[in-house]
Amino acid sequence: MKAKKETHKAPRTKPRFSETFTPEINSEIRRAAATGIYDIRGGGAKRKIPHFDDLLFLGASMSRYPLEGYREKCDTSVKLGTKYAQNPLNLDIPITIAGMSFGALSAQAKEALGRGASLAGTSTTTGDGGMTPEERQHSKKLVYQYLPSRYGMNPDDLKKADAIEIVVGQGAKPGGGGMLLGQKISDRVAEMRNLPKGVDQRSACRHPDWTGPDDLEIKILELREITQWKVPVFVKIGATRPYFDTTLAIKAGADVIVMDGMQGGTAATQDVFIEHVGIPTLACIRASVEALQEQGLHREVQLVISGGIRNGADVAKCLALGADAVSIGTAALIALGDNDPKWELEYKKLGTTAGAFDDWHEGFDPAGITTQDPRLAARLNPVEGGKRLSNFLKVISLEAQTIARACGKNHLKNLEPEDLCALTVEAAAMARIPLAGTSWIPGS
Amino acid sequence: MRELDLEKLSLRELNSVLQSQDKNGQESWLIRNPKGAHALAVGLDAPINVRIEGSTGYYCAGMNKNALIHVIGSVGPGAAENMMSGKLIVEGNASQYAGATGHGGTLIIKGNSSSRCGISMKGIDIVVQGSIGHMSAFMAQSGNLVVAGDVGDSLGDSIYEAQIFVRGAVNSLGADCIEKEMTFQHIQLVDKLLKSSDIGCEASEFKRFGSARKLYNFDIDNLSDY
Repeated sequence: MKAKKETHKAPRTKPRFSETFTPEINSEIRRAAATGIYDIRGGGAKRKIPHFDDLLFLGASMSRYPLEGYREKCDTSVKLGTKYAQNPLNLDIPITIAGMSFGALSAQAKEALGRGASLAGTSTTTGDGGMTPEERQHSKKLVYQYLPSRYGMNPDDLKKADAIEIVVGQGAKPGGGGMLLGQKISDRVAEMRNLPKGVDQRSACRHPDWTGPDDLEIKILELREITQWKVPVFVKIGATRPYFDTTLAIKAGADVIVMDGMQGGTAATQDVFIEHVGIPTLACIRASVEALQEQGLHREVQLVISGGIRNGADVAKCLALGADAVSIGTAALIALGDNDPKWELEYKKLGTTAGAFDDWHEGFDPAGITTQDPRLAARLNPVEGGKRLSNFLKVISLEAQTIARACGKNHLKNLEPEDLCALTVEAAAMARIPLAGTSWIPGS
Repeated sequence: MRELDLEKLSLRELNSVLQSQDKNGQESWLIRNPKGAHALAVGLDAPINVRIEGSTGYYCAGMNKNALIHVIGSVGPGAAENMMSGKLIVEGNASQYAGATGHGGTLIIKGNSSSRCGISMKGIDIVVQGSIGHMSAFMAQSGNLVVAGDVGDSLGDSIYEAQIFVRGAVNSLGADCIEKEMTFQHIQLVDKLLKSSDIGCEASEFKRFGSARKLYNFDIDNLSDY
């Protein structure tokens, strides 16, 4: 007995968690062992990666004149699709709403996105599943996505669009298709997609009638002929090889390149795909700009950047790195009410918490956004949601203007790489920006 | 019949004439010198007759509505892609993806059709007098694919509710595609499609293929089928 007591009193090593087998990793192993299926979720990459927070602006000082914040003009307008289209997309702000499908989102959420974008003077985008009349009615500028599934695709809607976006890939899943699980297939979604109700709807990873950039050039020609060369044709790419992909998209005849980094959201994809395929948004901008500059088409073929844009600083940083505009998806849903703490009790019932809810594919969204359940969807008032989104868009535009004025710019498009420095070596290398306080750009 | 000559007009000018036809009109047009042009007679939306004297490139009759387009030659990839209604008749052969994602109307191919014929079809009827290539009717959602000749590998892979009727040999079936009973109603349907396509075969000689519906909702026990 005595010997045992002495052992108990001996100092012990503090319990130590593995950096390799973290509690999150272990819980996923247990979940996989219990269910036999990989984890599917919505949203974009959650892991910590170099991002726009790793860049800072160099405000005006001895060698630069700032502009007066509340007096001197700082323009925010942008024109997309100036190379070939008769009617380019004229936007008041360089922040567009990314493609999200009716099906993944409720009809109310799609309407709210259209209302919010229109109030703020910008465009919204359809998604896999076609164009709903509500969305067209409430979106002054609507980009019609041309996706591999071609769900709901028809020439009448194509001719109603203000621009066409050919989706080659998404940042959350470059090289992957999509899946809308059966529980979200309402009568209306099933009818629009021409599939039975309750069936898991796979969205193909490749287009059914073209392969490669040479074919894409002919596909773009066809779409232009059908729409009589009136509207711009965007090409959306999931960021992996941005220099080469941008070069090929330019040569195929795109008016606008949309480059989507790995923080860009998806409605439903395997977690392993979201977290391990693609490159950070920060890493793709300069490479795309380089491709445009080499072709002599920077600013003539516009570049839209998406994937994790959250505030006016992110907008300004994208533009300073050479983008013409940005696109937001997840931030827009949060502005509508996604993951709002007011639904915390319901998030708890779903085994999650506000801010971490990402089971968008299951259709039980307490905020009524990523659902087809009429009871839940009714929680989102499209008019109020649209107002919230419009407020958010206006705030981040003002934030970007604030930064631009501090850098002495009278238009957001005049921001330039020289206005930036990097906080980390990784960010400096990816954004091709000097490390703060130095003139060193890794790799240059 | 009025004539349009691609040696004298640009593609844009030619398509513009066809696209501007009155929806209530009944005009007939003859297209000369197509010489493999891509995106010819696309986006039409009127009950007009268009006769193309020669072969075309990609996407002939793409997204067609209401028009009857007759190609006296062969067509490149994606003929009648996403067709909504109307008809495309091809006297020669068709390349890949013929009738891809077609929502309606009829595509008639008097020769052979290459791979992925009827891929992701969504309601179109496709009738092929000759044979078709591999991965045809991949993810086909609805409509009818009738093939009087033979079929390559992986027919109807991941098929939904489309129906496939084949008279000749099928190299192999794709995931979730099975042979199904050919009932009297199916014979009547095939007979109607053959007659309206002016193809002289016996409908009773066809076999029917469709979805086993095993893969409609993901099940880990079906993993080896994917």
